[in-house]
Amino acid sequence: MMEREFDVNPTRSKSTGLPRKRFYRARAHSNPLSDSHFPVPIAPSQVDYPSHYPEIFSPLDRVDGLRKIEFADIGCGFGGLLISLATLFPETLMIGMELRDKVTEYVKERILALRTGNPGQYQNISVVRTNSMKYIPNYFEKGQLKKMFFLFPDPHFKEKNHRRRVISPHLLDEYAYALAVGGIIYTITDVEELGEWMKSCLESHPMFEALTVQELEDDPVVKLLSTATEEGQKVARNGGQTYQAVYRRISGPIH
Amino acid sequence: MEDTNIDDSGDKIREKEIAPALIAVHPTHQSVAVAVGSDLRVFNIQEGCAVTLVDENDVAERKPSTNLHKDSIRAIRYGANGKLFVSAGDDKLVKIWATDSWHCISTVESEKRVSAVALSSDGSFVCYADKFGVVYVVDTEGFSGKQTSNNKKGTPILSHYCSIITSLEFSPDGRFIISADRDFKIRVTVFPKNPLDGAHEIQSFCLGHTEFVSCLAFVCSQDYPQGLLVSGSGDSTVRMWDFISGSLLDTCVVGNEAGFLESDGKEDECLPAVTDLCATNDGSLVAVALQSFPGIILLSCNICARSLSVLQVISISEEAFIPTSLGSASIEQFLWMVMGVSSLRSSDSISLARVRVLSGFCKSSIATVEYKASILDDKDIPGGESILQKLQGTLSIQKQVFSSAAEAVKTAMRNLLIKKQYSADKREYRKRGRNDRKNKHR
Repeated sequence: MMEREFDVNPTRSKSTGLPRKRFYRARAHSNPLSDSHFPVPIAPSQVDYPSHYPEIFSPLDRVDGLRKIEFADIGCGFGGLLISLATLFPETLMIGMELRDKVTEYVKERILALRTGNPGQYQNISVVRTNSMKYIPNYFEKGQLKKMFFLFPDPHFKEKNHRRRVISPHLLDEYAYALAVGGIIYTITDVEELGEWMKSCLESHPMFEALTVQELEDDPVVKLLSTATEEGQKVARNGGQTYQAVYRRISGPIH
Repeated sequence: MEDTNIDDSGDKIREKEIAPALIAVHPTHQSVAVAVGSDLRVFNIQEGCAVTLVDENDVAERKPSTNLHKDSIRAIRYGANGKLFVSAGDDKLVKIWATDSWHCISTVESEKRVSAVALSSDGSFVCYADKFGVVYVVDTEGFSGKQTSNNKKGTPILSHYCSIITSLEFSPDGRFIISADRDFKIRVTVFPKNPLDGAHEIQSFCLGHTEFVSCLAFVCSQDYPQGLLVSGSGDSTVRMWDFISGSLLDTCVVGNEAGFLESDGKEDECLPAVTDLCATNDGSLVAVALQSFPGIILLSCNICARSLSVLQVISISEEAFIPTSLGSASIEQFLWMVMGVSSLRSSDSISLARVRVLSGFCKSSIATVEYKASILDDKDIPGGESILQKLQGTLSIQKQVFSSAAEAVKTAMRNLLIKKQYSADKREYRKRGRNDRKNKHR
């Protein structure tokens, strides 16, 4: 039965049932400043958890007081990190946020295929098409998140376009709002200039502090930054260098 | 849904944007200011005379002192103690005035057009927001009676990512700065001791509006001095918030109220937007100006019960007076209203400003059995006809001007704050006309 289904659907691999990336080609860049026309929840209480995590939430569940999303992969791309994290933290709800429509479709299909192929697994991950630079507060309450990931973001080299960068001094205020005190923000890039930019933004923000070398070694997630994502694997294939900055949300200055 | 010549109309709007008239009242009712287009008009009520604004910088350049701003003014405001007044707008200038002499004590140059201004409660900081969602702060310390530092620059303290900020407000205790945007958001940020280092700590987001947020106001009483936030929106509602937690306390659909009154079936496409709010000093009353409703809606505000309800709908029918801006002084029981536009048609420069005053805008009147609030005749308003001569520019206004002005303001607001929806075909067509692509093909 299953196999016949794959035969008629050429966008899926015959052997694994997973969607094939080449049918979901998309531009590498998307303008985060443009007005977007996808639906956005009015408030975090209106995020449709049952549709994202159907095995965990029944449609009648009220989201309040139940489990909430704790990890957010901002600009999740083709979803490699989410899929690695899904089995590493099976009890944690996580979501990938991606601006490019086609890429989001791919990740959606990929998660569905993984759920079908591995019953009981990958129920804790989902993906949503949104502009996270605009709509983080619509998805997450204050202090809801434990981890946020910004892996290989668009470098936006031109100075004129620096305000399109997903890590910026003002946007860090919003990430600090969504993260719980003690929550961790992970960034990595293969562009040296951007790596320095992200580090300096985080370093000069009063609500973030760098993890120590020991803490970085002890954190199993840090190793995934460069190995789990499609971009990271590409950089490794080409023998490129990566620049990471991992910071902890601390309580703000006392007023 | 959209008509076919959307591109043409879009271009025209870029040429000349129409700005609504604004009004501001001195906190102790000493003066009233009206801004129409680039024109700033101030009348001293206490002395009963028009005020001449002096900008020494302009005199030095031998420019006419009538047009101190070079483009439409988008925000005017008095400081809480009444010592300072700020005006700003599309000419990217923020002018800070001393209200005793009406000298411009500082002109701050903004990088983008300015959409909102606010003064901290102690008057030591001026904040302004630009059309790209960045809020800047300027330290007013060191400003004396003379123009000291003309080239003072604002320091960015927070940002709504690329969204027009429609309103800026300080909380009554001065601890928070509240910013509202066209993406339905209200952000409450801790205003730090030294804001020049940035305002990084977000207290809450007040989310619930389903259209652009157009205006903010605080209601506070002696029992509840920290106050509650009320907001008006393009979704035709006024909402009440606990701004510390960001939770929505009550929603009042004022659009329905006006819809009943008009009852000509024209409001079926969308409910009229709330354009401005003004609360009484004791927080018991909120006046609401509604797009395409001639008159004013008074909401009763119960801070203990945390509820809002329509108390009275006052229509002004003898002329189609649809207020574009509201103001009141904390000590007097007058609600000042202005209706006006910078220009009636995109081509010419005929402006309109009509000022009306509502008396009995206070709580104690409610305590009586019959609540008496009434629109004053021109001869009865504080300052009499000479104030109208100054603020309106003229005493006689043709009645047919009102409807076209109302239409112009409505269109301008929609163009500015509502995202344009294009069909898939139209979007492709517009992409083809993109400038960056054109250059590539060359």
